[in-house]
Amino acid sequence: MKELVKLIAQSLVDKPEEVVISEVEGEKTLILELKVAQEDMGKIIGKQGRIAKAIRTVVKAAAAKKGKKVIVEIVQ
Amino acid sequence: MDSIIKSGRTVKEAVDAALQELGKTEDEVLVEVLEEPTKGFLGLIGGKLARVKVTVKENKVEKAVKFLESVIKEMGLEDATVEVVSQGDPLKINLKGTRLGILIGRRGQTLDALQYLTNLVVNKNSENRIKIILDIEEYRRRREQTLERLALRLAEQVRRKGKSITLEPMNPHERRIIHTTLQNNPYVVTMSEGEEPYRKVIILAK
Repeated sequence: MKELVKLIAQSLVDKPEEVVISEVEGEKTLILELKVAQEDMGKIIGKQGRIAKAIRTVVKAAAAKKGKKVIVEIVQ
Repeated sequence: MDSIIKSGRTVKEAVDAALQELGKTEDEVLVEVLEEPTKGFLGLIGGKLARVKVTVKENKVEKAVKFLESVIKEMGLEDATVEVVSQGDPLKINLKGTRLGILIGRRGQTLDALQYLTNLVVNKNSENRIKIILDIEEYRRRREQTLERLALRLAEQVRRKGKSITLEPMNPHERRIIHTTLQNNPYVVTMSEGEEPYRKVIILAK
């Protein structure tokens, strides 16, 4: 799941080398903290969070297949 | 973008050398002549070589397919394949395979999200944007038929009872299907109400 988020984020930003994802594993949920270069923030959030929402939708579908709840958080 | 600068006795020679090094054909690149060759005195002294800059053109179709293939693989849907249905603008791509319902999602929302992301990735930092339409096992076409039938059925209901009907929220593309289906209907009119993404179509009696 981490790789999926990484793949999508790196494809969207200008500085793929600065994409960092950390996993916080819970019992039923997995939190993925996504961090990108400051100037790339807009490219993964989008107007009214539209891009962030699309990333979450795709990740949620992938997670459902594995029976786990995955939360993608974008951190500064 | 990949680009290299090459020299040669003629422009063609320089371009050929560049193409060989890049492993590309002429229509996959953009050529910029930096310096025309000049013949020196008696073709011997002081001649200058041609210099060209050859840049590999971005292949959007390839980019889209590569992105989708990686996403599918990471999602664990290895048996799915990416098929280009029509090149150009719009670029139409179909995903084929079993158990792809998960990629469609509730009322196509996962499909729409993936289509949106693919559009962003392919058009990133690009001046000539192209539109990409993604479909899975004819989902969009089937959904269109469902919506047309729904529109006709509800219009009939509005005509009989004289009461307006509000549909569930739909995206702009789906709302347009409803409006278009009923635009020449003599008994009803349609309009939209509310804000995205909860905008809904209302069918009213004329």
